[in-house]
This record gives sequence, structure tokens and C-alpha cells, in this order.
Amino acid sequence: MRVNLTVNGQARSDEVEPRLLLVHYLRDVAGLTGTHVGCESTLCGACTVLLDGKAVKSCTVLAAQADGASVTTVEGLAKDGKFHPIQDGFWEEHGLQCGYCTPGMMMAAVDLLSRTTNPSEDEIRHALEGNLCRCTGYQHIIKAVQYAAEKMRAAAGR
Amino acid sequence: MAVVPKFVGERIKRREDPRLISGTATYVDDVRLPGTLAAVVLRSPYPHARINSIDVAAARSAPGVAAVLTGADLKDKVGGIPCVAPAEHIPFHPLLAQGKVRFVGESVAVVVASDAYKAQDAANLIEVDYDPLDAVSDPEKALADGAPILHEEFGNNLVTRALVPNPAVDEAIAKADKVIKFRIVNQRLAPVPMEPRGVLADWHQASGHLTVWTSTQIPHLLRSALAAVLGLPENRVRVIAPEVGGGFGAKLNFYREEALVGYLSRMLGKPVKWIERRRENLATTTHGRDQITYLEVPVKNDGTVLGIKAKFICDMGAYLQLLTPAIPGFSGLMMTGCYKIPATSFEQVMVFTNKMATDAYRGAGRPEAAYIAERTMDMVALELGLDPVEVRRRNFIPKDAFPYATCAGLVYDSGDYNTALNKALEIVDYPKIRAEQAEALKHGRYVGIGVASYVEICGIGPSVMLPPKVPGWESATVRMEPDSRVTVLTGISPHGQGQETTFAQMAADAFGIDIDDVAVVHGDTAIVQYGVGTFGSRGLSVGGAALMMSVSKVQDKLKKIASTMMEAPPDQLTFANRTVALKSDATKSIPLQAVVDAAYGWKMPIPGMEPGLDATSVFEPTGCTFPFGTHISVVEVDPDTGVVKFLRYVAVDDCGNIISPLLVAGQVHGGIAQGIAQALYEEVVYDENGQLVTATLMDYAAPRAQMLPRYELAHTVTPSPLNPMGVKGVGEAGTIGSTPCVVNAVMDALKPLGVRHIDMPLRPEKLWRAIRDAKKA
Repeated sequence: MRVNLTVNGQARSDEVEPRLLLVHYLRDVAGLTGTHVGCESTLCGACTVLLDGKAVKSCTVLAAQADGASVTTVEGLAKDGKFHPIQDGFWEEHGLQCGYCTPGMMMAAVDLLSRTTNPSEDEIRHALEGNLCRCTGYQHIIKAVQYAAEKMRAAAGR
Repeated sequence: MAVVPKFVGERIKRREDPRLISGTATYVDDVRLPGTLAAVVLRSPYPHARINSIDVAAARSAPGVAAVLTGADLKDKVGGIPCVAPAEHIPFHPLLAQGKVRFVGESVAVVVASDAYKAQDAANLIEVDYDPLDAVSDPEKALADGAPILHEEFGNNLVTRALVPNPAVDEAIAKADKVIKFRIVNQRLAPVPMEPRGVLADWHQASGHLTVWTSTQIPHLLRSALAAVLGLPENRVRVIAPEVGGGFGAKLNFYREEALVGYLSRMLGKPVKWIERRRENLATTTHGRDQITYLEVPVKNDGTVLGIKAKFICDMGAYLQLLTPAIPGFSGLMMTGCYKIPATSFEQVMVFTNKMATDAYRGAGRPEAAYIAERTMDMVALELGLDPVEVRRRNFIPKDAFPYATCAGLVYDSGDYNTALNKALEIVDYPKIRAEQAEALKHGRYVGIGVASYVEICGIGPSVMLPPKVPGWESATVRMEPDSRVTVLTGISPHGQGQETTFAQMAADAFGIDIDDVAVVHGDTAIVQYGVGTFGSRGLSVGGAALMMSVSKVQDKLKKIASTMMEAPPDQLTFANRTVALKSDATKSIPLQAVVDAAYGWKMPIPGMEPGLDATSVFEPTGCTFPFGTHISVVEVDPDTGVVKFLRYVAVDDCGNIISPLLVAGQVHGGIAQGIAQALYEEVVYDENGQLVTATLMDYAAPRAQMLPRYELAHTVTPSPLNPMGVKGVGEAGTIGSTPCVVNAVMDALKPLGVRHIDMPLRPEKLWRAIRDAKKA
């Protein structure tokens, strides 16, 4: 079947098997390997992407379900050669070690920051509960999100 | 002149991160080779069964299928998976089951097809006729008469029995004021690196070369093992550990699939890739811990511990992986912790069960040991009515006793346990929190304070302490390139630890250059000299020491050359701001680049000197380092739900000198998280028939952000005398200190109810039941 979708701002049209998962579409058809597969069962969040602006686990969405939608992956975060504030936050605050959960974690955080500009520590922990990290113990991830929130508020003049 | 700052000891952002946060890092599954075939492994649903027949005809003719293999196809064509640790019974460990399966998830057949979807379709068509057999999953029943036997050739399920006797312990037991006896369990855990395992193999027929990308902590050791199993010369096998998404000991191993995929690529003449799924990861990647310990602790009434006598039952699983039977030894050797305990003895019975093999998991034997030591201290305090802090102080090895030889035969390099304890007590304000605890109890609130003073063993060496194929040394090459920038090739294989940053900090300072002028390369056996790998918190203390050996060789050569150019003795020279300068007068200097030009022979000033600027070194440790510290947690247990809530978590760790404070914090945080996970949440569960119950992340409770506290960190600094940096290692410390700390806190909270001990994980249901039963009684 044919799917038409926008990935990181670029329109695509591809012939896919109806059973193809979105994450495999992104990785194997679109060639964007920044989105990782960690559990194939929605439980770890490594594959989180934005689907029409909302965070979803791309391992349990079919490419066919994303037909007509707009998808943002980790590769679409940086703009004009500059990192997104969430990327700066993860780098600045040592929010990653092995890096495998990081793309999904950042996408979940971007989703949170699109809904609230100044989340509390509890709100951040709650918003990231669908994303597992095995390296950091989460504390530096929380600081990374707070860092990004602050930068984004400053940029928006709030 | 530009001033180049110092990097060691500073908060330096990681050099690794830009590729990781931009989604451009290359993990195994991100490596793309044209024409790559996908492998899917068919696994046993039974814990123990005889295979009568396997019908692969339908699978072989399914669309896109290139090959289907079963155990029979491999018989006598490839070797087995090696176990390098000594044991009485080491069974043949096949790549695919030979006639019998012995645990849930054991590989039975492999399908290779044009993509993973088609390979799975075909695997679904394979018919295996099994005769299920009785299984044994309880290690305490594995040696009982009539227990189902896994490997018939041995006649029983014994892997090996280790006995370290000491009659002094029995004397201590005879003369003690009191002997405290209890049984504790270090439950089976799954390491769960976020990136599951994965392998890509590419056989090049014309040159007879095999290249293997695999998610491993030990590319060189794996190359040796792989070459041996496949019967290839080592210089025709290249192993690449690309970006590796966490290991925690689980990737300090050599697995069936690594050999299988290499074999298949050679057989088919095409690249073959296998990517582990999470269900496979939970069932077939090594587990950790799984030790039951019976303890007898003779004490004096003042809290002095006179000895520890221990009997361990250690569950090895169905087969032995690389180091499986070597792990429990560390639990026995380290079970006296930070304490001056005059006599210990232990017996370890290691057994086969119908489960996945255990092996190293973050801490590997030492978390179990610290759990024994620290639960023992709290048991002593409880039984004698003493404060747990006082019991620890009474038994600590004093600061002036180092280097300290333990009765188990280890030599602790350096330590100051009381200072770390005092610092942690100060941070939490111990008298105040004890008062608050008492006040809370009056209002029916169960608050507990847990203390754990741990010591662990890192940078294990000299090599004689380890099995022959997993030595204790490490290698490093330092090369100053013609443009005076530095390339470091290290034999360690970091996978999140951050040595691309810490090693760059060290090399930059040593040569007076910018950190951006240093590139650290690792994880490719075709580029890096033979090395050992990353495990046991050895990266910095052993790998970093090798780095500094090579650094100083290159420095010496540069100084020798510069000395002829500056007419000053070499020992009067130093490196700063991209110059070689006089130590006494930094204004007398020549540009580093001028010395490098000379070294590369453009105009070599020393006749006969070999041109070039590189050095390779191997650091063989003369002894182990012993990081230590004290963790204190304050928790509240909700008596109505059994839920544990953290009020404080304070960790004071001493890992010797600190190269990178930011990265040390990251290691401690992550370690604490995994230790808390053992205390409260995680357990690999097999039912009594050997069926794996925790086969998904829905059932295996790896903690999420809301399940963990905010950590408050502090340090004391007691340098190790055993390496030039004075470092000890920090990768596992958090895991080792935190588990007993949290269990002690929960038990302290439940002390008013008369609860003495509950085995981990301390999940709400278990606590709720204990509280209910205690209240009834």
C-alpha cells in the first residue's frame, strides 16, 4: 500500500507492507536511524517520535496509520545547524550516557514542553514515565528538561 | 599566546554527546550494508524438553528465505560457547540446541531471510516436536535426590563446590556472646541495557575476512573467542563494537548469536544481521545475582563481630557463559566489607537449573557481598539493641591500618571509612532525623533510616587473579600526529561511561593542548591494539593508567628532542599552552609544533633517533583498588499500601581522585538507581516449572523516573596508591552501596512492628502482607 506523510518537514510517498511498523518505516524506508527500538511493545519509549506534534511510541503505530500525518524524529529537532534547547539541555546537564534512550526521551520532553512551559520536577518525572533510561537514574535528565524549559521561556520572552 | 585551560577535575561536557543527541550515532542496527539478510532465532517455549524432531521444510521454502539451520546442521561443524572460569562440570554449550532444550528461550533453529518480517514468518512455520521433561528452577532443590538432571553426563546438577574453610570461625562461634543466624537472598536480576544485543557479520570470501559488528563490552576478547569457535585465524577476524547502548555486564560475554551470525555470513557469503528483541533479551541475555546465603555471625555483646561463616547456594542456570562460575567468588571474598573481622569461612555450592545463565551484572558479586555485610551490621544492631551507626564504627578497619590485608586474603589499597560515614551523617543531620522518626511513629507513620557503608573491589589485577582469557591488564596507544594533535587508541570499550571525554582531559593536560585536539578511538580490533575491555569499573584505573604510561613515553621523546633545540636538560621541561617550556621560566619556550616537526624527521635534530611520535603500553595492575563510601536513605512505608516513599537519599562516595566530576555524578546516579531497583522493584521470576514469568518490561519492573528519588551526592577523596592518577573506579559503587542502604531503611521503618527481615524486592504487596501479619501477631 502507499503511504504519504511528512517526515521532519519533507513530504514522502512510499509503497509499504500494511503490517510495517512506523519505527521500521522511519529507520528502514526513510533511513532515519536516530529513532531506536528498545522493546517492540510500547513499554520503553526508545522509539518515541512526534506524530502531528504529539509523542507516540512508533513501535506500536503502523506506517499505514501515519498516512497523511506529519512526523518529527530526533533528526528533525535541530534547526539551521543549531541544536534544539532540549538537545542543549541533555548535553549541558549530562542527561545521557549510552544515548540509546535519548532520542525518545527528548521527544517525550519536547511534547511536555509544548504543553507546559515551566514544569515542576514531579511533572517532568510523570511526563517521562513512559520512557526508560537504564544509565542515568533520571536526575540529570530532569535537569536537562528544566534547562531546556528555561531556555525556551527566555527565547519566548516569558 | 593563547592560554590553554586545564581539564582534569573540571566540569567538562562530554565529547560523545553531539552524535548521540542528534540521532546520528551508529549502533549495530544502524549499520547498513547492501544485501544484508536478517536472522530470526526460533526459541524453546519449554524449560526442559527432549527434541524428537524439527520439520523445517515449510520454512525453507517460504518467501525470501535463504537458510534455515537447526542444531543437527551445526553438529561437529562449529565449537561451543566457552566458559573460561574454572568449574568441576562445564557442559558443551551449543549454538543451537542439540537434542534437548534446557531453559525457556534456548535457541533451537535460525532462519535467515531477506528481511526480519519474512524471517519471522518462516520461523512460524517450523514444527518442533518436543517431549517436555520435569524441570528444576529452585536452586536449593537442584541437588536433591530425584531432581531432574540437566546434563546427564554429570549425573547431578552440581557445577562446582568452592570451599574456603577456616577453623578460627568455629572457635569464634564457640566463644561468642551471641551467634546471629539468618538467611538472605540476592534475587535474580536482568541487566536490561536499553539497546538489546545485536550482531552484524560480513564475510569477505576473496580475502577470507570476517567483520563482525556486535554490541559488546569486550571486542578483543570476543574476537579471540569467535575466531576459535569458527576455526578462523584471529588476524582474519575484525570485531567492531560500534555505539553500544549500555551493557552493565550483560555484554561482557560471548553469545550463541554472535557465533551463529558469523557462521551464517560465511556460509551464505552475505552480510547477516540479528537484532535481539526485548523478550529475547529478558530470556536469553545473562542474568545477574541469584545467590542464597546462610549466615552465622558470632558477636560480642558490645557489637564486635568476631567472624562470618557463610554458605552460598548460587544459581548458575542451564549453561555456563564466559565467567558464570567466577562471579560468586567475589561475594565470598568481599563479604566482610569495611570491617575488621578476624575470621571468615565460606562454602559455595553452584548448581545448574532450568534457567538462563547468570553472569556479571553491575557489581558482579560485590553487591551481594555488600548486602551480606550491611544486613549483617543491621542484624547485629537489632539483636543487641545498638545503633547501627555505632556497630559500624566499632568494627571499621581503622584509617591507619591501610594497606589492609583481610582474612580472606585481599589487600585493601587505601580507605577512610569513618570520615565518609561522618560526612553522610552530617548531611542528613542524623540526630535530627532520628528524632523526627520517633515523632513520626507517634503519629502512626513508619519512617526508616538506612545506613550502608560499603567497600568494593575494582580494577581487578594482577592478571593471575582472573581467568586466563580475561586478564586484568589494559592497553593504550598515544600518537601525536604530525599536526601536533593527539590520537588515543584505548583497549577499553566504553559504552556510555564517557572515556572519550575523560581520556581527552588527561591527554590534553599532559601535552598542554586543547581537549578538542585529542581524539579517543576504541572498539575496533582492526584499529586498536589488543585490549581487554570495559567492565568492573576498570576503564579509568587500568585503562587510564595504560594511557598515562604511553603519554609519558611520548612526552619523554618530545622533551629529549626539545632539549637539544632549547639547550636545556629534558627534566627541566614541561608542556603548556602548545609549547615546550622551561619549568622555571615559562617565557623560555618553543612551539610544540616545532618539536613535532623535528620528531617526524622533517629536520630531526638527534641523529639516529627513530622518527615518529607514538607509544603503546600495557598496564598490569599490581593490585586492586577498593572504592568505598556511605549511603544513607530515609524512607516512609505506607502501612495501608506497603508503598515505600523516599524522603532523602544521600550518597558519600570515595572513588579516589576525580577526573570528571560531572561524569562521576552520572555514574553514581545510575548505579544508585539500579541498586534501588534491586532493593524495591526488580526480580527475574521463573515459576516452579521453570517457565519465565518476567518476559516483558510490563512484568520486569525496571524503574521509571517516578520510582526513584532525588540523589544528594558528596565525596571524600582517598587516592589509590596503585595507579598514577590515584583513582579507584566509580562505575559500580552506586549499585553496591544503595541496595543494602534501602533495605536497611525499610526494615528500620518496620522495626516497631517486630519485622526482622524481608527478602528483596520489597514490593508493596510483600510489605503490606508483612505489616498485616505483624499487626495480627
